[in-house]
Amino acid sequence: MSTVIKTEPNAFKDQLAVRSWKLPLTFGALALFAILVFAIFGPDGRATFRLSQDGDAWQLPDLVLPAKPVGILAAAGCVALAILSYLQTKLEGRTRRSVSNAFTVLFVLGLLVWIIGGTKSQNITLVGLFTGAMLIITPLVFGSLSGVLCERSGVVNIAIEGQLLAGAFTAALVGSITGNAYAALVAAAAAGVLVSVLLAAFSIKYLVNQIIVGVVLNVLVAGLTGFLFEKIMKIKVQGVTVYNDPPHLPNLPIPLLSDIPMLGPMFFRQSIIGYLMLVLVAVIWFGLFRTRWGLRVRAVGEHPQAADTMGINVNRTRFINVLAGGAVAGVGGAYFTLVAVSSFSKDMTGGLGFIALAALIFGRWNPIGAFLAALLFGVAGNLQSILSLAVTPIDGQFLAMLPYALTILAVSGLVGKSRAPAASGEPYIKG
Amino acid sequence: MKLELKGITKSFGSLVANDHIDLVVQPGEIHGLLGENGAGKSTLMNVLYGLYEPSSGEILIDDKAVKFSGPADAMAAGIGMVHQHFMLVPVFTVAENVALGKEATGFAGVLDLEQTRKKIRDISAKYGFDVDPDAVVEDLPVGVQQRVEIIKALVRDARILILDEPTAVLTPQETDELISIMRQLKDSGTSLVFITHKLREIKAIADTITVIRRGKMVGTALPSAATTELAALMVGRSVSLALNKADATPGEETFRVRNLTVMDDAGHRLVDDVSFGVGTGEILAIAGVQGNGQTELTEAVLGLHKHVKGSVTLDGRELVGRNVRQVLDAGVGFVPEDRQIDGLVEHFSIAENLILDLYGKAPFSRGSTLNRAAIARHAEAKVVEFDVRTPSASVPVGTLSGGNQQKVVLARELSRPLKLFIASQPTRGVDVGSIEFLHKRIIAERDKGTPVVIVSTELDEVLELADRIAVLYAGALMGIVPGKSSRSLLGLMMAGLTATEAQAQLDASATTAEGELS
Amino acid sequence: MRDPRGVEANESDQPAVSAGSLTGDGPADGGAPAGSAGEAELTGVGTSGRLPSTATGGDGDHTGKRIVREIMSGSALVSVLAVVVALVIGGLLIAVTDKRVAAASGYFFAEPGNTFAAAWTAVSEAYGALLRGATYDPGARTWLGQLGIFETLTFATPLILAGLAVTIAFRAGLFNIGAQGQIILGATFAGAVGFGLDLPPVIHLLAVIVAGAIGGAIWGGIAGVLKARTGAHEVIVTIMLNYIALSLVLYLLKNQLKAPGSTNPVSPAMKDSAVFPLLLGDNFRLHAGFLLAVVAVVAIAWLLNRSTLGFELRAIGANPSAARTAGMIVSRGYIVVMLISGALAGLAGVAQISGTEKSLDSEVAGSIGFDAITVALLGRSTPWGTFFAALLFGAFKAGGTSMAVNADVSIDIVLVVQSLIVLFIAAPPLIRAMFRLKTPSTRGAGA
Repeated sequence: MSTVIKTEPNAFKDQLAVRSWKLPLTFGALALFAILVFAIFGPDGRATFRLSQDGDAWQLPDLVLPAKPVGILAAAGCVALAILSYLQTKLEGRTRRSVSNAFTVLFVLGLLVWIIGGTKSQNITLVGLFTGAMLIITPLVFGSLSGVLCERSGVVNIAIEGQLLAGAFTAALVGSITGNAYAALVAAAAAGVLVSVLLAAFSIKYLVNQIIVGVVLNVLVAGLTGFLFEKIMKIKVQGVTVYNDPPHLPNLPIPLLSDIPMLGPMFFRQSIIGYLMLVLVAVIWFGLFRTRWGLRVRAVGEHPQAADTMGINVNRTRFINVLAGGAVAGVGGAYFTLVAVSSFSKDMTGGLGFIALAALIFGRWNPIGAFLAALLFGVAGNLQSILSLAVTPIDGQFLAMLPYALTILAVSGLVGKSRAPAASGEPYIKG
Repeated sequence: MKLELKGITKSFGSLVANDHIDLVVQPGEIHGLLGENGAGKSTLMNVLYGLYEPSSGEILIDDKAVKFSGPADAMAAGIGMVHQHFMLVPVFTVAENVALGKEATGFAGVLDLEQTRKKIRDISAKYGFDVDPDAVVEDLPVGVQQRVEIIKALVRDARILILDEPTAVLTPQETDELISIMRQLKDSGTSLVFITHKLREIKAIADTITVIRRGKMVGTALPSAATTELAALMVGRSVSLALNKADATPGEETFRVRNLTVMDDAGHRLVDDVSFGVGTGEILAIAGVQGNGQTELTEAVLGLHKHVKGSVTLDGRELVGRNVRQVLDAGVGFVPEDRQIDGLVEHFSIAENLILDLYGKAPFSRGSTLNRAAIARHAEAKVVEFDVRTPSASVPVGTLSGGNQQKVVLARELSRPLKLFIASQPTRGVDVGSIEFLHKRIIAERDKGTPVVIVSTELDEVLELADRIAVLYAGALMGIVPGKSSRSLLGLMMAGLTATEAQAQLDASATTAEGELS
Repeated sequence: MRDPRGVEANESDQPAVSAGSLTGDGPADGGAPAGSAGEAELTGVGTSGRLPSTATGGDGDHTGKRIVREIMSGSALVSVLAVVVALVIGGLLIAVTDKRVAAASGYFFAEPGNTFAAAWTAVSEAYGALLRGATYDPGARTWLGQLGIFETLTFATPLILAGLAVTIAFRAGLFNIGAQGQIILGATFAGAVGFGLDLPPVIHLLAVIVAGAIGGAIWGGIAGVLKARTGAHEVIVTIMLNYIALSLVLYLLKNQLKAPGSTNPVSPAMKDSAVFPLLLGDNFRLHAGFLLAVVAVVAIAWLLNRSTLGFELRAIGANPSAARTAGMIVSRGYIVVMLISGALAGLAGVAQISGTEKSLDSEVAGSIGFDAITVALLGRSTPWGTFFAALLFGAFKAGGTSMAVNADVSIDIVLVVQSLIVLFIAAPPLIRAMFRLKTPSTRGAGA
């Protein structure tokens, strides 16, 4: 091997301009929308945001914004950021994250002011908006976390809806029988695990397409809970439905913290399930990205063969994660019957499992991201129900579409870049 | 550490991939394992690494029998492996990849990557690797990724390192660096098993050579053995390097490529300003190490690439900017490099595969309706003409052997009048009997007056078929030389010298270069 | 763009991939081993030494390929056994929740026979009612009740059309979970024409049918275009589009499409000229939409098996890379198939609004969009398989109603049985293990 080697030509590595213009284009379109809607045709008058409720220990003054000027400012900001995004893409190849985030914040601000300024009353209680949203957010976050656990290990979980529903049903049934809300909570987790056992067995052992299993499990759980609801929960003893009367988990306000304006009512006046949610978001995030367990799980989800050659049992890791995901979603389901309302009804999860899937994707398969996405979706959902009674410039149904539309934009690469774990959905067949 | 394999047999159903293989690797030696693609080398090493359980036979380490139920056991016993397809998680950093499976942790399993980083830096310094522990693997060049694989094994105190076809994806320069790394490892006491089908490389660094053919061990040799002797052992009969073919009578240059540049989505140049032409009745072979732009060049001609600059003309008509359908309709026959991914639909029947790019033409369809009778007749005829060994033309093509699958692809592409025929790796993974048949068909097409472009990484095939040889290196054309050029000249060009530079160097050091590379 | 490392992916020594070169020399070329490797891949399990190609990153095409393979594999026997096992499990569920069984089991150890007798009664009553309700019930008071078979066909009509929608997408390697949304859009478009326009009798119905197909095609097409242009996974996109469709129709029902004077989100009734004529007179609900469905089955069967477009779509579904190399435009195939798929689902929406519902509300799609997925899976993604699977599920729906009334067993049990059928069918090894069936042998390629 005494050959003289010519050094590799630089041409092989030069970065030539092959760029994605999706983001600047999307921003441009949105900025145009902002100019038209927020600025030119924006409502006159003021939008009032009430930051405190009457009973709060510390009262904050209302935030009053003149709708039109704020709309014009927001639109101008959006235009500036869209131009910045264009320049960055041209010069650096991509738009910086900070620009995307700033654009999102400005646009949402403009949108809110436009909506509130356009309603008759022109005011909204932000605390109510956010605390009300927690009713949606809590099961959403549990569902997303279940998805994170499964998909990070390489198993697509379309059965979140089924896991939530199974948890809700079981919590109601066991709670009614034992009279103990905590026993109900544990039973709900177990029910979620049971759904997961099927998901894991069929997708990991029998190599059935994971999406098919998920879709079918949702139907199975809906049928099973519906059937048992009719057969068992409707049994009346002396005119009372004894098997559908679960105990209620009380809210446990944390002293001092619960008095913080905005955050207090949202996060620190919750039931045990709500606190568990906050803890789980933190724990699963830390676990995934800072511990040995997480490193292995992510390796299994990204490149199972590599994990296998490093002595990690791929299918066992997946099995365990899917089961854990089931437990998490089961607890989330219990929220419906132990906290939100006090009885089970057919299909009461109402597709929240699919919004959880959307939050998971929009949150880029990251527990904190999923939490923030769930927050956004929950607030949008609650805003819709608050506004459903008022005359608004935008129909509530369009707010209801928001999570889904954003998710489509995310998976199309039009808003941010969502990258699923590489091996998600692929069964691992060992030689 | 001494490693011994005794009577290792591994079968998959009725298929015997390894048949009573005996192998001894002495401490501190580089043991070459030579065999064709599909001979069973990788299966054997996967058995040794605990990925497959042997059907029978035993593994001895330092004369003690061991049993591996998984890679973890093999690693614990001091065996490390660098896989042909790297076992690295692309989105992880180097440190995360190295730590995986053997993580240093603090309280409650919290990762402590600092220890791993330190080990990586130590090993990097010792062997001159220049690897940044915090780089993300997918951003690294292939050669550096391979070093990460080696680091993974060394961190686990591997005393036997298996390298599975390590040079397949390397540039010649990276290959040289790898070979020097292997020598360093050997000097520090590590035993190495080097798996390859490349004679030149195995002769350059192995201390002992074991040859495997069709799952059986067929002999051992010293690196001093003659190339022809090793080749004969590997393929099972003396390889006739000269196929009887008449000299080309090239006509008008109807296929022209001018300043062709192909880029990937990230803007890397895969083909860099390449120009050449091919005349009617002539075979131009494009030689080069795997991954130097040959694949992309042919795919760009076919219209499979988005980012293409320059011009490709056939009979004066521009092909760049046209889609695949239009290029095929212009009279281009195309045999893709990987028949199973790009050439065939495995679950379709032979008959359906034979019309995969002809279904829209008479007589196979009228209007938008398929003509089943015509399709069946066509299939019967082609199965006979191309000697496809199958019970019927209606079986799924996936059930055929590699050679017969390739005959189906060739039969399809040659079954219409062509103005240009392009074949990438026309005989890769094909048995010897079929190779001869396929080569004869390609030459017959040339003799009909079709310009032919062959892409091959196998120098033997290039020399056998080519009337002229173009060499690509790092996407750029190193020059076009006559079909009867010497291996040493081609070797230098494949290593990145232009034709004139290579010739000059050969003239200057005629004796040494000839001796080593022929 | 292919990763340079992936280039030699099939040249490793993995036996399933290169079995031919191990066995192939001389006359015995391409013998049984190659054949067995092929079979291992068809069933997705077994002796194959092939590892999944995850090394070079996420490749959506790969998933599509596998879905098609899974659905196409297996035998008719497995399908039948899956139905039987699912019915048995459903029967167990009915038995254990039955009051009489519970009462009898109170003294199980004294007289175990009574428990079993009670269980038998409960199950046979339920399934008997199901069967009679779906086919022929001499005891019923109305014609409609007696000849449940026609109710079965009525329920099957939208299922056939929506099932075909899922089937054809499957064959092109796409998983259309969005039939639900496409049905809603189809029904909305059809409704807008059906109650919004005044047209001559036959023309009006034709216009409704075309409008419904267009509505569904638009909704399916969005997923197809996004898949083709941006690579967005069609499963996620279609799920999201289902919910967007629901919100959209709710919005329209509150505004543009609202019936005058109504407080509920319901549209005006379809004009008489815009509904399907009844096939068997006023006593039965069976309408001409059923004939439309049969025509669609024949058309799709021709399209898939006999047409050049079908050849293209199947090739794209089975191996998109090879299809691309053979000159097919994969992205266009994705768009075309999603347009066709959406149009078929839209026709299911027409069958709903012009056949049985007669006006638009947000529940117009019922659970048809999701049932369609199970129908397509049970039908193994062939047009006629889908047809018969839809008949079976239609029978479940028709019979389930009569079972709920006559045997006091909730219709939800039908969902349980349906989902179990699909689970078992999707996992042939499970059914084979249950019944100790042998793995089917395939034809070897060699002598």
